[in-house]
Amino acid sequence: MSILETSNVGFAYRRGPAVLHDVSFAVTEGRNLAIVGESGAGKTTLLRLLLGLASPTTGDVTFDGTALLRERAYLRSFRRNVQAVFQDPYSSLDPRQTVGRILAEPLRSLKIPGAAGPAIAAALKAVDLPADAVSRYPHEFSGGQRQRIAIARAIIPGPRVLLADEPVSALDVSTRVRIVDLLASLSESITVVLVSHDLGVVAALCQDTVVLERGRVVEAGATESVLRSPASPYTRRLLASVPRLSAPGTEAR
Amino acid sequence: MTAVVALEAITTATRRRRSWTLVVGLVLFGLVLATAIVSLFWLPYDPADTAGSRLEPPSLAHWAGTDRLGRDLATQLMIGARIALAVGIGSVAIGAVIGITLGLVAAFAGRVLDDGVSAFLDILIAFPTLLLAMLIVAAQGASLWSAVLAIGLAMSAIIARLTRILAKRILALDYITASRTSGTGMWGIIWQHLLPNVWPTILVNLALQFGLSVIAEASLSYLGLGAPPPNSSWGRMLKEAEGTVLTAPIGAIAPGIAIVILVLGLNLIADGLRDIGDPLRRVSARAVPAPTTEGPR
Ligand SMILES: Nc1ncnc2c1ncn2[C@@H]1O[C@H](COP(=O)(O)OP(=O)(O)OP(=O)(O)O)[C@@H](O)[C@H]1O
Ligand SMILES: [Mg+2]
Repeated sequence: MSILETSNVGFAYRRGPAVLHDVSFAVTEGRNLAIVGESGAGKTTLLRLLLGLASPTTGDVTFDGTALLRERAYLRSFRRNVQAVFQDPYSSLDPRQTVGRILAEPLRSLKIPGAAGPAIAAALKAVDLPADAVSRYPHEFSGGQRQRIAIARAIIPGPRVLLADEPVSALDVSTRVRIVDLLASLSESITVVLVSHDLGVVAALCQDTVVLERGRVVEAGATESVLRSPASPYTRRLLASVPRLSAPGTEAR
Repeated sequence: MTAVVALEAITTATRRRRSWTLVVGLVLFGLVLATAIVSLFWLPYDPADTAGSRLEPPSLAHWAGTDRLGRDLATQLMIGARIALAVGIGSVAIGAVIGITLGLVAAFAGRVLDDGVSAFLDILIAFPTLLLAMLIVAAQGASLWSAVLAIGLAMSAIIARLTRILAKRILALDYITASRTSGTGMWGIIWQHLLPNVWPTILVNLALQFGLSVIAEASLSYLGLGAPPPNSSWGRMLKEAEGTVLTAPIGAIAPGIAIVILVLGLNLIADGLRDIGDPLRRVSARAVPAPTTEGPR
């Protein structure tokens, strides 16, 4: 069953050229999807459309088979189901709010019934943070811990889909592994859509992959087949650049 | 290791010095505030009382001497404190309300409106306060409130531009996007995220503007655009003492010192707030934001 789907989506920023052309793919429940592509390919833009933060210029984004509406009650239920984690854990948390307030915001704004306290405690537990984090401020946490807070905020409404825009690229390597592990454990119950430049992370986490090149889908399918036998020259180039980055010797410097 | 310790010592020292600026600033400001409050209930003389001899030097009977009509200068200084604070509070209130509102509108507006507001602000900022004051005086007559209105309007342009820049910067951050995906509407974002994050910087600026408004009112009064004596401001007292500054210098020195005390106090407060007001700048573990960092609820 596809939860989120784009059909022939095109998008242009105001007074700008089109940055997405004829993009069609589906996010299937239970299968994590990776969106890969060079910088500027339109990945973040695509996620903004999937989140309903902007409307496609052409084509449709559909959630559970119907096109997204602009209506308040609809958006509320949509946002309960589709949540996001951003790239930079330093700018994605309001520095002047306690972690408790940050985590309470979606509960309050999305009018999720039930007491906030236990829900917040459960979310903190799920991301492996101590319960006393609620009364502390974001600047008291490390980058990895902040990203856990951001993930806790995203899972607290109980979403079915989690869109993550390069969630580990701002973190150091060892922290990266732990956040990827966390996302992997969450994806047992939540479908993750992951934007990443790190094909290792993609292979570890995502069953499906979409390759975006200058706003167009150049390749889509099971991650394994995309990575093992890339059909497009662009994907081949992308794959070829990976061993160079992690070649022995570059790390020894 | 020692470097780290030394660095910590330096940051602690800086913080302590900073909190002293706030304390000294508050003491100076408190002095003026207390004087103003006392002046509401008690004055050494009736401000219009011309019974004293003219241009007396300071004495037990007249702590700051008398002016050229024989009126008590200490009495006038006390009334001046009240007026200086009224001018500051009035113009800061006008500047803050209009400025913050206009700045937020520009920050949220589409490009055309934003450009329009920005151009308007640039013109208003380039427009001399004096000219603005003269226009208002021409329309309304010279009074304290004409001066406050002119200063407040000039200030609102500066505050609006500051608010717009700060707000645009904040609105581009991911925690605003996260707030949107959390289902929070525009007003919720303004109250919960935008204002608390722009407020500390604006507050520091308002404290500075408060001091500047006292100077601006003094200048306007000096040019005869403020309220006439005997209920005159410190600037007007300076003007009155102009002709006798060589024979009876106390008439100019006393209001001069009063202005310095208030403006210096406000600048020190602004300086102190700048440092303690921002939890992001504080490295300490006890990072509970000071009350001043919270936006209006
Ligand atoms: N707010 C904006 N206004 C105008 N153009 C934009 C805006 N944001 C992005 N673009 C343009 O849209 C294109 C796609 O940008 P996008 O951020 O979606 O790329 P990306 O694939 O996420 O890149 P990266 O890997 O560097 O994050 C780029 O050419 C960019 O210049
Ligand atoms: Mg991006």
